[in-house]
Amino acid sequence: MAKRKKISNINWSILLTILALLYVYPIIMIIFNSLKQETAITTNGAFTLPTSETFAGLANYVNAIESKGFLQSLGYSLLITVTSVAAILICCSMCAWFITRVKSKISQALYFLFVFSMVVPFQMVMFTLSQTADALKLNTPYNIWVIYLGFGAGLAVFMFAGFMKSVPLEVEEASMIDGCNPLQTFFRIVLPMLRPTLVSVGILEAMWVWNDYLLPTLVLDIKKYKTIPMLIQYFRGSYGRVEMGPMMACITLTVIPIVIVYLLGQKHIIKGVAAGAVKG
Amino acid sequence: MEKAIKRYSPIFVLPTLLAFTIGFIIPFLEGLYLAFCQFTTVRDAAFIGVGNFKRIFSDTTFLQSFKFTVLFALASIIIINVIAFGLALLLTRNLKGTNIFRTVFFMPNLIGGIVLGYIWQILINCVLSLVGEPLLALNSTAGYWGLIALVSWQQIGYMMIIYIAGLQNVSEDLLEAAQIDGASAWKTLWRVKLPMVMPSITICVFLTLTNSFKLFDQSLALTGGDPNHLTETLALNIYYTFYSRAGAQWKGLGQAKAVLFCVLVIVISLLQLKATRSKEVQQ
Repeated sequence: MAKRKKISNINWSILLTILALLYVYPIIMIIFNSLKQETAITTNGAFTLPTSETFAGLANYVNAIESKGFLQSLGYSLLITVTSVAAILICCSMCAWFITRVKSKISQALYFLFVFSMVVPFQMVMFTLSQTADALKLNTPYNIWVIYLGFGAGLAVFMFAGFMKSVPLEVEEASMIDGCNPLQTFFRIVLPMLRPTLVSVGILEAMWVWNDYLLPTLVLDIKKYKTIPMLIQYFRGSYGRVEMGPMMACITLTVIPIVIVYLLGQKHIIKGVAAGAVKG
Repeated sequence: MEKAIKRYSPIFVLPTLLAFTIGFIIPFLEGLYLAFCQFTTVRDAAFIGVGNFKRIFSDTTFLQSFKFTVLFALASIIIINVIAFGLALLLTRNLKGTNIFRTVFFMPNLIGGIVLGYIWQILINCVLSLVGEPLLALNSTAGYWGLIALVSWQQIGYMMIIYIAGLQNVSEDLLEAAQIDGASAWKTLWRVKLPMVMPSITICVFLTLTNSFKLFDQSLALTGGDPNHLTETLALNIYYTFYSRAGAQWKGLGQAKAVLFCVLVIVISLLQLKATRSKEVQQ
């Protein structure tokens, strides 16, 4: 019995290994195609490895960085993601604390509105949101975080409030009696206890903002500012012929950092994402 | 304590509330109103009543995209959940390398929809040209199955994690009792494990359902709706109605479609909430 189980376990392991290899193959394929010369990248040759004749070295990467503005896009993407996530973490955790600690009709109505906003699909507000952003001049990478704070608040407040309901009031009351004002209580007592939730919310919102395509496309002026997803979409949209080499170089340059960050922090990331799913 | 916090409400609530008003409340209310108007910008809106909504049902591309989205959602829900559950079963058997497998299967989830779309476009077009079929731009069947393959690749790992958490919560006693009673592995799966992870199944089914209905980036990058709007998801159809047609009549129609779409997604989410709640009671 035990032996039979062992053999079947080996079979399953082999199956899983094959599946895992198939799983990483699409990414590997993009990487080796990004090393080919433009003329060698053909529709039916995507699976063949570069040969000594078709090998282009890092030419596509140089092209992507020098003439396609990859570094600029990377900068904008980083800027937008960092400012948005920071704003969401600070503002929404404060707001969620207020909503859970002050029991009034208004705070309950607010909570309901935040939860409601999580459900509404982006298409419902995309046109009016981009017009509002234009009217208020919130259409640059330097202040688009206001929009992200507004549209991302739902999930963040919901997750923070969910956690705060389980935090005992006594600690906070003690600190208030000891003479802390609410701000001190929040930043010295509540925020440190929130750390796991901060990590979860931070990861979820960062993934969303980093990968978001439609919102920045509609809000930002595409001629001046392109985030990474906008840049990759722009390859097909605006050049006469799609330059596959630089495009695959851009995709590789986009995917590799994500994979590295993921491998470094996978425990937090998997936990954080799963926590968001179970609550959502 | 409440009173003290209340005095600080401007600091605690106002930043989020202001951004929320700009980023959600105003656009939402305006969007609701504009669905009953003819307009090209927010300022030149003229109220015309329910005309936009009537026109939705004579728009064949919308009906086509609705059909496509429903068929796509059905197939992807089944495929993603069956495979994810199977993988979760295998990865809770203490096999060697479980952690590596878990890491690999989860990874595509972190890659953005646009990037995923282009990766799969290159991959699928290569397969199609090798077997001598028309490429994605002319092949709606391949577009349909390609989109399913793409979202499966993206979401299986995510659902797998939720199923693993569910399976790890099934108590050892219960499994032992089943074994003592002489239940086969197959029977244990159907009669013990499956009922015990029902909450996870509900969560995953509805997550895949809402994800499929809201799908936009992947569809835009993989096929862009080609050929001839045949592989357009609802979200993509709304986008095209807004932005790839000139003239005042289209924006109103697009907004009306968006409202209808929003109602649809809200109904699905309410059903989800109800289903999850009722399952929680039984536990």
